[in-house]
Amino acid sequence: MTDAAETMSGEQLLDIRDLRIEANIYPPGESSQTITVVDGVSLQLRKGKVLGLIGESGAGKSTIGLTSMAYVRGGLKITGGQVCFKGRDILKGGPHAVRALRGKEVCYVAQSAAAAFNPAHKLINQVVESSLMHGVTHRADAERRAVALFRKLGLPNPETIAQQYPHQVSGGQLQRIMTAMALCSEPDLIVFDEPTTALDVTTQIEVLAAIKEAIRGTGVAALYISHDLAVVAQMADDIMVLRHGRLVEFGATREIINEPRQNYTKALVLGGEIHHDEQAPDGVPILSLKGIDAGYGDGRTKVLKNVSMDLYAGQTLAVAGESGSGKSTLGRVITGLLPPARGAITFDGRMLAGRLANRSKDDLRQLQMIHQIADVAMNPRQTVGDIIGRPLSFYFGTGGTENQRRVAELLDQIEMGKGFVDRYPSELSGGQRQRVCIARALAAKPKLIICDEVTSALDPLVANGILKLLLDLQQQQQMAYLFITHDIATVRSIADSVAIMYRGEVVRYGPKSKVLTPPFDDYTERLLDSVPKKEIGWLERVIEGRAMQSTRDQH
Amino acid sequence: MSKFSDIIGGTLGATIANRFLLGIYTLFIVSILIFSAIAFLPGDYAKAALGHSATPETVAALQKELGLDRPAPERYLRWIGHAAQGDFGSSFSAGGTQRRLVIDIILPRLKNTLLLAGVTALLAVPLALVLGVLTALARNSFLDRLLNAATLTAISFPEFFVAYVLMLLLAVKFPLFSSMASMSADMPIVEKLARIALPVLTLTLVILAHMMRMTRAAIISLLNSSYVECARLKGLPEWRIVVGHVLPNAWAPIANVVAFNLAYLVVGVVVVEVVFVYPGIGQTMVDAIRLRDVPVIQACTLIFAVTFVVLNLLADLIAIATNPRLVHPK
Repeated sequence: MTDAAETMSGEQLLDIRDLRIEANIYPPGESSQTITVVDGVSLQLRKGKVLGLIGESGAGKSTIGLTSMAYVRGGLKITGGQVCFKGRDILKGGPHAVRALRGKEVCYVAQSAAAAFNPAHKLINQVVESSLMHGVTHRADAERRAVALFRKLGLPNPETIAQQYPHQVSGGQLQRIMTAMALCSEPDLIVFDEPTTALDVTTQIEVLAAIKEAIRGTGVAALYISHDLAVVAQMADDIMVLRHGRLVEFGATREIINEPRQNYTKALVLGGEIHHDEQAPDGVPILSLKGIDAGYGDGRTKVLKNVSMDLYAGQTLAVAGESGSGKSTLGRVITGLLPPARGAITFDGRMLAGRLANRSKDDLRQLQMIHQIADVAMNPRQTVGDIIGRPLSFYFGTGGTENQRRVAELLDQIEMGKGFVDRYPSELSGGQRQRVCIARALAAKPKLIICDEVTSALDPLVANGILKLLLDLQQQQQMAYLFITHDIATVRSIADSVAIMYRGEVVRYGPKSKVLTPPFDDYTERLLDSVPKKEIGWLERVIEGRAMQSTRDQH
Repeated sequence: MSKFSDIIGGTLGATIANRFLLGIYTLFIVSILIFSAIAFLPGDYAKAALGHSATPETVAALQKELGLDRPAPERYLRWIGHAAQGDFGSSFSAGGTQRRLVIDIILPRLKNTLLLAGVTALLAVPLALVLGVLTALARNSFLDRLLNAATLTAISFPEFFVAYVLMLLLAVKFPLFSSMASMSADMPIVEKLARIALPVLTLTLVILAHMMRMTRAAIISLLNSSYVECARLKGLPEWRIVVGHVLPNAWAPIANVVAFNLAYLVVGVVVVEVVFVYPGIGQTMVDAIRLRDVPVIQACTLIFAVTFVVLNLLADLIAIATNPRLVHPK
């Protein structure tokens, strides 16, 4: 416990003491249970400081962040502790006092600005809304201030963007506009809730730089919530590591990054320990793409342009790129969901029909797919046993005890065990769900599995477990993986060869060691550069480097 | 990306034109269905009209006079060709020596029906919207349950029962309004409105629940969206969130249900017309069916089809106009 006199000092902005938040859950077929979401967390934040809250999903970091606005999401309840803002307990303020706090003294920047802006209103009206409602200033002045903030945050054509609707503006720009919206009423504290998680790395770095600049320029205090330690390390003065609603470790950013004390923090700092030795191309490729063009709307929207690549048996080809690069469309072309306009797909020595309907059952069996979001890739009303058993009866015509034996075997392979046979997807964790999807793909005994962003919806440590499992299975069963991902760290851990895509074209392709070593082409360099590193000052160095580069280019 | 936005940009006009053409196409299909359904009906107007004096010769002569001896496609083409120009032909039933034009029979009745529907709509639609917003704001409260229970009770009773209860209360016990809604064309509008007060109330009770509950549901389904949370975190009061942030995104489903109920006011109110002796188009159609007066039946059903198509078209246009992605392309 800190001294009471110190907490009351003028510097103190936010003081959360012994916060306890509970939720009632209703598991199917059981009576309701109360679970603790946040368990006795305390934190202090001084004026103008940035505190990073880091942890995996379910750690309670957003929930804690939102209590600083006296807000809890549906189903949650604050059952203990106090939240003091500028010395007053905001949980006891009543609805009127709470509304006066929100949007004026504390503002919020949401994870997905694309969803957090109302599609029906012009951006400028939403940006100035809280300033006008709280009577901070009048409309003309608020609009002037908003446009000035847009300019400061590096938005192109601030006046034009102000008059646009959310869907007319890109995700990275929306995130900056949301930051401007939070700054517009000149609050004392901004809660940044994973503000760059939904963005591509090359966009993320620009938004991070803009946010950092805005925080520094205005002297506003911030709670910066993220699951990405590398990102938090760029933004925060201090870091709080949370897990399962409890504090794991608190310290200055430098301490957390350089001398983590707790094992969990150490695991976060070190990241994946997955190591995979690259294998050289060997024999005939199992999958070979030659000059693939593909698009939507009768070829009006061309997405893939002249894409060629080879994948060898028992190896992993990582297809990396940002959103819009065409990597998921490539997956759709290979699975036959989108017939290519031009080009040939060779699979296991034979030509593959472009259309799904023209492929043989054996083609379908040997080419399986694992999706990004396991939750929606499974029928919620089927048990794990049914889900994994379905490909067995579909492809092999087996049933009864033979299927049960195979399902148990597959559950062993994904390290879950046959106790899960009768569970429903909703009773599994995110990582377990993805494992079931892997087992379903394995059940067909495929030669190639297309993995479409299979770890991007998972927490880092869980994702590592999935990657390890996939590599082990590949060792045992010699399947080839086409691994679609936007995450360069994943590419480094598992790939044998790499194709980097940009705007529907392969800009760089070859063995991993070559693709990820200089000299780089411009795009790959920018992409690799933009991946946040767990080093203090990384952001500043990259930004400075780019500024110097562009001055040099101008001369 | 520019190609994609070009396609979207071209679609606003194209989407609207497309909806219009689809509406006309629907009407065309419906007109064929109406015509064939009536052609396949058992019974024959000529035989029925002649009654006991129906001999094969007289029947054939009357059929020839009415054009009923021509092949069906030819009759259809002649009918639809004339109907498209507003000419629905003459009624079969002889009113004296002079045959009456269908349009003369239908038009005054249609005006009455549109008056009743229009006044009901002016009362019921705003009321439903306001109550929908109120129940959404006070969701799961006593007020919400009371309003839902009351409106659901009103639609659960048969229309004639609601009508008689209102009549008993507001015309007999407390004689505020007239129980008879019969009217003539030369009545002043104020008197007309007083006459139709009870049918208007009845119909309002009948259609209110559906529209109110749709408004409530459409609003509540959006209350979990991120932008609503964001509005809460700006410190906006709940009513401003619902009216300013939720309602503008909820118009499309609400407009659909409103269109459906307004169409019902034109095509489905024959029971209420009978109870209040109101000279609307529903009664006209029922009479025409009894008399096998094919031109009148066809004209009525076609008017009903047009009502549905036009109101749904309006709902579609509202959905388009309130979708910023279509109105403000990239």
